[in-house]
Amino acid sequence: MDFSYPADVEAFRTEVQEFLTEHVTDAVLEEVDTGTVHSDDLHKAMAAKGWLSGAVPTELGGGGMSPLKMSVLIEELQLFRAPIDAMGVAIGMASIILELGNDFLKGEVVPRLLSGDALGAFGYSEPESGSDVAAAQTKAVRDGDEWVINGQKMWTTMAHVADYVILLTRTNPDVPKHKGLTFFIVPLDSPGIEIQPVWTMGYERSNATFYDEVRLDDKWRLGDVDGGWNVMKTALKFERGIAGGQFYSPPLIDATIDWATDAPAPDGGAMIDDPGLRESLVRAMIDVEVCRCFAQKTAYLADTGAPFGVEGSMTKLFASETFKKHSHWFMDAMGPDGLVKRVEGDGPHVAFVEETFRHAPVTTIYGGTSEINRNMVAEAHLGLPRARR
Amino acid sequence: MRLEMTDDEIAVQEVFAGFFADQCPPDAVREAADLGHSPDLWKRLAEMGAPGMAVAVEHGGGGATLSDLAVVAAEAGRRLAPVPLIEHAVAVRGLIATDPGHDAVADLVAGDRIATLALRAAIEGEARLVPGGAVADVVLGLADGALVVGGDAAPGAAQANTGDLALANRTLGDGQTLAAAGETEWRRMVSEWQALTAVGLTGLAQEALSLGTTYAMEREQFGVPVGSFQAVQHGFANVATSLEGAVFLAHKAVWALDSGNADADRLAAMAFLFAGETAQACAAASLQYHGGYGYAEEYDIQLYYRQAKARTLVLGPPSAEYRRLADVVLAPDSTEGAAA
Ligand SMILES: Cc1cc2nc3c(=O)[nH]c(=O)nc-3n(C[C@H](O)[C@H](O)[C@H](O)COP(=O)(O)OP(=O)(O)OC[C@H]3O[C@@H](n4cnc5c(N)ncnc54)[C@H](O)[C@@H]3O)c2cc1C
Repeated sequence: MDFSYPADVEAFRTEVQEFLTEHVTDAVLEEVDTGTVHSDDLHKAMAAKGWLSGAVPTELGGGGMSPLKMSVLIEELQLFRAPIDAMGVAIGMASIILELGNDFLKGEVVPRLLSGDALGAFGYSEPESGSDVAAAQTKAVRDGDEWVINGQKMWTTMAHVADYVILLTRTNPDVPKHKGLTFFIVPLDSPGIEIQPVWTMGYERSNATFYDEVRLDDKWRLGDVDGGWNVMKTALKFERGIAGGQFYSPPLIDATIDWATDAPAPDGGAMIDDPGLRESLVRAMIDVEVCRCFAQKTAYLADTGAPFGVEGSMTKLFASETFKKHSHWFMDAMGPDGLVKRVEGDGPHVAFVEETFRHAPVTTIYGGTSEINRNMVAEAHLGLPRARR
Repeated sequence: MRLEMTDDEIAVQEVFAGFFADQCPPDAVREAADLGHSPDLWKRLAEMGAPGMAVAVEHGGGGATLSDLAVVAAEAGRRLAPVPLIEHAVAVRGLIATDPGHDAVADLVAGDRIATLALRAAIEGEARLVPGGAVADVVLGLADGALVVGGDAAPGAAQANTGDLALANRTLGDGQTLAAAGETEWRRMVSEWQALTAVGLTGLAQEALSLGTTYAMEREQFGVPVGSFQAVQHGFANVATSLEGAVFLAHKAVWALDSGNADADRLAAMAFLFAGETAQACAAASLQYHGGYGYAEEYDIQLYYRQAKARTLVLGPPSAEYRRLADVVLAPDSTEGAAA
């Protein structure tokens, strides 16, 4: 095997690092304090670089960036703690439309998403359906050339700043659940949409979104009527390819080292010399090295056109579970110091471990819970039968 | 970048997978338990050229890379082969690197004599519980900062141990000095051992896991295979995921050593520690999902459970290795992050 990166990818990494050094300023990191994990300046600057359109094939108007470069970009973004949620949605939504959408959506929505002028949001989850995403109940009923949408979505993150939501609806309640779903791209300024904030333990804002007699022309439909599950599979494919999340832990490790370097140990010296902490730092670094291998392998498979679904599940499972574990280790190492929150006027680097501790639990939940990923690994990797569920 | 085996490696894998499956069934492992070594298996491996395969052609070896040897190590690990193949290979490479004219070289490359490496520095001239020590004619190790080669006659008896390995104490005090300040050369050998052992442990873990999932699909309780219970599946999924990561990391470490990468030593230690933990976790999960039979001598999973532990601990307590690695990646007075 040969783990070295091609010269053009290494050069690209350097370019990304230079760009991020310039653009991921403390001001950008502080923008996230509003709870919206997004910086418009950074997002637009990345779009101008062609990096939002990067993942999209050239013939579809994209940058044709290789999955390997894409993975390097996402790795560096995470190492720099850059807010990347909006990027993930933009790329995911654009890719799905380009693969399955009509000419109107390709012409109207995709260029706006990829230039950073418009933002998207994912509208899959509902109050009564999360992991069982195919159980969605939000109704879409045809009325001539139009559709009328009624229902409620939960966890529509970014909806309050976004222009479009990719909405999973039920168009046929009388068939098995996977067979009666249809997707729409819904402009969020459509009459009848209400957005309410949902605040989280990790300070991130998500939303509950309500759809009351929202009328949409049929041109906003994405994919076939009752063909929504097919769209969902495509969506998941792109999500796994670009979701990132493999490099949650390095900023936490760095913050812990920063703290430990100055923090006095109870018996003299600095905490960085504490043998127990040193061991857990090294263990965490090994987990990161494993994540790096997973990320590289997944990108490599995507690059060679091979399927990478199971690797994607393993990567998400391993990276998020180890991250959550690390967040406990390093909070514990800090003792009461770890509990102290950042107050107004503190820079974005203060109390990073505390904030990470609050954030970590969601990473094993959203984007496919650990349990759902374990199901995937058991079935697709180990060949075990579908468990009762 | 190429994250798959080359055609040559696949060919080597096929040959050795077949070889170990034929020559080293679980019965052979059990028969070799007292000495921790099968002279017969070693002889056949020597006929295949394995002991010297990763030695340069000019020294009579096969001129293969560590990556090639790693393919063999994985298959040996899969079958718990009771032979000190990895210890021998790294010791011979180390001997040739420091004393290419040593009079044992030809015999060692041919596998007519066996070499090993003391993984922990000798204390007062004595290297304790050396892997392969019960059968090695030549022992390399670190004594008072010097790389020395000792040996003479193999003791021919192992200290009975958890993993049925050929462990024995060996004297290095009266050995010949290869390098007066030999820490770097010794460390290089230990790194090669760690990376190759990491690969071997992933082979062991893959087989342990496969024993477990196969059993779980055969064993029925409550009218269904126990492998259809989600609690069981999730236990397997956790360790299978770590194992996939351990395989990549082990191969990355071997690649780093082969290509002279500056991170090679660090990666080798990381790969070894992670593979050791993961192999133990895989064997433990598989044993658990065998139920009571997993605890029975007759079933093979208990061999994997014991060996995963033993093959990891021969280097020393893992926490000591984590802390040594901490000194490599975190300078004690470090003022900045070293995570990336
Ligand atoms: C901060 C945040 C942001 C989010 N952003 C978005 C977004 O932008 N768009 C969007 O559509 N969604 C979003 N989500 C929703 C997210 O995808 C869901 O929370 C997730 O899929 C889990 O669904 P759930 O919360 O309904 O939990 P449930 O599905 O009700 O699960 C509850 C528990 O049961 C377990 N479980 C469920 N099914 C199984 C099974 N078959 N086997 C074993 N265990 C099972 C789960 O793993 C979990 O532990 C967000 C969530 C959060 C918290």
